[in-house]
Amino acid sequence: MNQIALSAILSNLLDGALWTIGLSLTAFVLGGIAGLALLFARIARNPVPRRLAQGYIEVFQGTPLLMQLFIIFFGGSMIGFEISPWAAAALGLTLFTSAYLGEIWRGCVESVPKGQWEASASLAMTHFEQMRYVILPQTLRIAIAPTVGFSVQVVKGTAVASIIGFVELSKTGSMLANATFQPFLVFGLVALGYFAICYPLSAYARILERKIHGSRAH
Amino acid sequence: MSYHFDFAAVFDYDSALLAGTAHTLLLTAVGAVAGLGIGILGAGCRAWKIRPFDRFFAVYVELIRNTPFLIQLFFVYFGLPSLGVRLDEWQAAILAVIINLGAYTTEIIRAGIEATPRGQIEAAQSLAMTRAQIFRHVVLPPALAKVWPAICSQVVIVMLGTSVCSQIAAEELTFAANFIQSRNFRAFETYLIVTAIYFALAVIVRQMLIVSGRYAFGRRTR
Repeated sequence: MNQIALSAILSNLLDGALWTIGLSLTAFVLGGIAGLALLFARIARNPVPRRLAQGYIEVFQGTPLLMQLFIIFFGGSMIGFEISPWAAAALGLTLFTSAYLGEIWRGCVESVPKGQWEASASLAMTHFEQMRYVILPQTLRIAIAPTVGFSVQVVKGTAVASIIGFVELSKTGSMLANATFQPFLVFGLVALGYFAICYPLSAYARILERKIHGSRAH
Repeated sequence: MSYHFDFAAVFDYDSALLAGTAHTLLLTAVGAVAGLGIGILGAGCRAWKIRPFDRFFAVYVELIRNTPFLIQLFFVYFGLPSLGVRLDEWQAAILAVIINLGAYTTEIIRAGIEATPRGQIEAAQSLAMTRAQIFRHVVLPPALAKVWPAICSQVVIVMLGTSVCSQIAAEELTFAANFIQSRNFRAFETYLIVTAIYFALAVIVRQMLIVSGRYAFGRRTR
């Protein structure tokens, strides 16, 4: 039997990890932009966008990411949208990320004291000006820790993209495990790869949280 | 684009949908109960610094929370046989769900325990309660009540996550979806309906957990 050298396994996994990072960054950046739009809709005075955004968030938080990807990838091609695994994964993860970030940031906006809204309203600021100059700068400070914390969920979410055939770290691992007959070693290394990406993010989120909340247990 | 939707083609397989739903719920229920048990144990060990278990749980929590569930599942199902532990797809799925949820609940409950006012523990000590008694009667109930909403959310997240168990051929709801669409060639309708079922399950399970929490912990004014 042909033994595949450890160095070959490692270099393949490293390639896969780069795709995982690429997909995570894409989803995070695009999801962040969409999440911001969602946030504005979610706290609008008009109840129509508010309701729509709420429904969107509930649907994406209440259904499996895998199903979302299946609908986009298999379902999409069925009704006439041919889409590559990469595009389907990026789109699915972006929608998923935007729903969570929109909701996280709404929580942060709402944690800004009501007096700030009232004070800025009494200065005759428009809704947009209130957001731009008073609320968002304060929100940003609160939002950094949970946002970094959520980025870990995005990285872990990209593993599901392997199921629709996007070759990232998990898919590379599955293929290597089949080729080498060493699933214990390969999946151990894959897990280690994810840990190497996610742990620094988790640790950083924790440090940020401690900085904001002082030593108070949260 | 001329595509004729045919949702009825999915409901021809209603028994597969039903069985898949039941299996998903069962997997979630077993995982939730056992995962909660691990969480209480782990949080207790960590909060009371019981060596060497506190270290063990700290490493366990970090390892699980920083790796994808799919890889944990593959590791259990494909990797463990190398160590002589051979599990069928259901044993592997259940084990993976328990391990995954256990790590999250450990962290969640620990946060609740750490918020216990020092004075309550001192008061209990002054009543000559043992450490186990204090944990069981003074610390744990309010801690659980406080973090119950977070636990409900986590159970729902894990339930939705079990859809990847289809990848090791555990016949849950997503597996049923794949089976049905391979028969009726109606991928879009099938996945849409199954997604709707998941959504309904998420709403129902969350409500049930919230209500049972209210029942178990009573209405607290805090």
